[in-house]
Amino acid sequence: MATSGMPWNRKDLISIEELTADEILTVFKTAQAFKKILNRRTAKTPALRGKTVVNLFFENSTRTRVAFEMAATKLSADVMSLDMKTSSTSKGETLRDTVENIRALAADIIVIRHSSPGTAAYIARVLDIPVLNAGDGAHEHPTQALLDCYTLHEKFGGLQGLKIAILGDILYSRVARSNIWAMTKLGAEVTVVGPATLVPKEFEQLGVTVSHDLKSALADKDAIMLLRIQHERQNVSAFPSLNEYTRMFGLNKTRLSWLKKNAVIMHPGPINRGVEIDSDLADSSQSVILDQVTNGLATRMAALYLCSGGNAESLVKS
Amino acid sequence: MSETIWIKNGRIIDPKNDRDESGDLFIADGKIVDRPSKDSLDKATLIDAKGLIVCPGLVDLHVHFRVPGQTHKETMLTGTQAAAAGGFTSVVCMPNTNPPADTAGTIQFIKDAVGREALVNVFPTGCITVGSDGERLAPTGSLRDAGIVAISDGGRCVQNNGLMRRAVEYAHMFGIPVIDHCQDYSLSADGVMNEGFMSTKLGLRGSPTEAEDIMVSRNVILSAKTGARIHLQHITSKNAIDIIRRAKSRGVNITAEATPHHMSFSDTEVGGFDTSFKMNPPLRSKADRIAILEALVDGSIDCIATGHAPHTDYEKDMEFDNAPFGVIGLETALGTALDQLYHSKRLSLSDTLSLLTNRPSEILQLNKGDLSPGADGDVVVLDPDREWTPNSDSFHSKSTNSPWIGRTLKGKAVTTIVSGKLIFENGEILP
Repeated sequence: MATSGMPWNRKDLISIEELTADEILTVFKTAQAFKKILNRRTAKTPALRGKTVVNLFFENSTRTRVAFEMAATKLSADVMSLDMKTSSTSKGETLRDTVENIRALAADIIVIRHSSPGTAAYIARVLDIPVLNAGDGAHEHPTQALLDCYTLHEKFGGLQGLKIAILGDILYSRVARSNIWAMTKLGAEVTVVGPATLVPKEFEQLGVTVSHDLKSALADKDAIMLLRIQHERQNVSAFPSLNEYTRMFGLNKTRLSWLKKNAVIMHPGPINRGVEIDSDLADSSQSVILDQVTNGLATRMAALYLCSGGNAESLVKS
Repeated sequence: MSETIWIKNGRIIDPKNDRDESGDLFIADGKIVDRPSKDSLDKATLIDAKGLIVCPGLVDLHVHFRVPGQTHKETMLTGTQAAAAGGFTSVVCMPNTNPPADTAGTIQFIKDAVGREALVNVFPTGCITVGSDGERLAPTGSLRDAGIVAISDGGRCVQNNGLMRRAVEYAHMFGIPVIDHCQDYSLSADGVMNEGFMSTKLGLRGSPTEAEDIMVSRNVILSAKTGARIHLQHITSKNAIDIIRRAKSRGVNITAEATPHHMSFSDTEVGGFDTSFKMNPPLRSKADRIAILEALVDGSIDCIATGHAPHTDYEKDMEFDNAPFGVIGLETALGTALDQLYHSKRLSLSDTLSLLTNRPSEILQLNKGDLSPGADGDVVVLDPDREWTPNSDSFHSKSTNSPWIGRTLKGKAVTTIVSGKLIFENGEILP
């Protein structure tokens, strides 16, 4: 059982919406402990020895899938990743039957990515084992937000009062939604900015500022998070062309200067260089893009560990 | 042989004839009669309706009975059992079957199934376009000769306005009304719920009310031009209601229906990704829901229709995007209508029942919803105050995809009589 100082009583990690700020901080503390382990000569811990983690990816992924595989490996779990686009679901099997079969094959933890919002929650209701959401359509991508906010937490010592802009395709972005929940719960002020067709005003009800004016939106921000334009989720064109998008909303040197002097540049990847960000900015000293990737390993270790009943308190002490 | 039924001591409510009084109702030889002969009264089946309401059997202009082609979801028998259990004695079934009901042969197939299995009156409709593909007109005249009461493309909407104009003009020549599911596909796109804050939060693709508003406008314009009756299905949008209200004030020959689920729920119900709340058109905002209730009160919406759309458990037990649209409604409609309109004091009992009896009947001229002598002996005895909570075993429908499971309703059919024959009593379909 988690103690009051480091609460975590969940079998699943489905959304950031349902987490408290304290639970998010528990993940951070756990991730920090794992980060120390990762820096050791033998960068491995027996925490999940004997358990099997199954990654079910119904959508393409490189970064997230590899990060979950790596995280499970570092925790000494057995891990397998299934490309579900070629699986029995294409033979007409229902998703429920598929996951119940995998459960029957003695899976201990399921990590699932699916194009339909709500799917991770649905599977978590069906199965009695931990289910981690690796992205459900445009709904949530909780481990991404945890690693993003952990990166900011490390950089700034906390998110309270931080001013953050999220720029790009907000409407179709699960990363944006999870980060909005996480950042606002941790006390940051969030502005979402981009073309009106990709940044609907309904987002205001999530407690963020909606803007279509880049200059005012970036003014005085501590961090900017760029999101890729997701062609694959847009069934009708929400803006005229990528070229026009870059001219109107791409991050370049001039626009970077509108932010605070040492503001950090974040991007969940994959980057489309020259579209949402000038190539050299992605590699600049202000970019924390690769730190995000590294932190993605530690935060996913933390998520796997906590959901399978790991004790954050004792880990941090050890 | 037909029997005589004597319903005693009930409160007879016959909205069509402005009748609301305590008394006895008699049915002989399948028809409502003033007073049967003494001889037949002695042998009459007695129904004690003390403390209950006696009213015309309910009429539903919008059900999907899945015959032919999808009888794993519903059959003519189970569908009409559900109707009877819900107090409905007449239903209009939509033509989005497999194959779609776009030929006289398919209509005959449906009528054969009705003749073999149906417990209540079933009125078939035929397609507007061949295969409901929205490309070419189906043979409306032949369909009329085969016995349809209206044409509709079922769950689909003709997108081509020129074709719709021709369909309306052509059907009007035969006096056949056109029933439309108003949805502009370029706006609804692949939406699976209402577009608004909830869809934004959940990341589900939204279908905006404007998809309905634009097609309602289209239909108002075409009805005004041709004089043809166009009936607008399951209206959900406040703006669409405003368009309908203004068109009616100008005398345009349109009518509209609302469903019990759009009357009862708003899109916040989708928050748990529960596919029992996935339907098309989707549940809208609270403001839209209130506008629907107000439109039922002021007559802008003419009647309540269930849109009864059965799907099996395993079809609905699915990730949200992949689950089919639709909910069943025949067995819960009375309770929800009474809850939303009568018990909530928006309408009198008689006016509420009117939305389920004579008013839908008048839209398609079904000659139902009437307790005057000589009218068909279709009667429901109901208890407007009976509280009950549906569970998955409550339903006579073959499917249980109901959003009311676990929710308490107030109002239930007790006895259902079709053409002078007792078919449902105290929770049981009679043999």
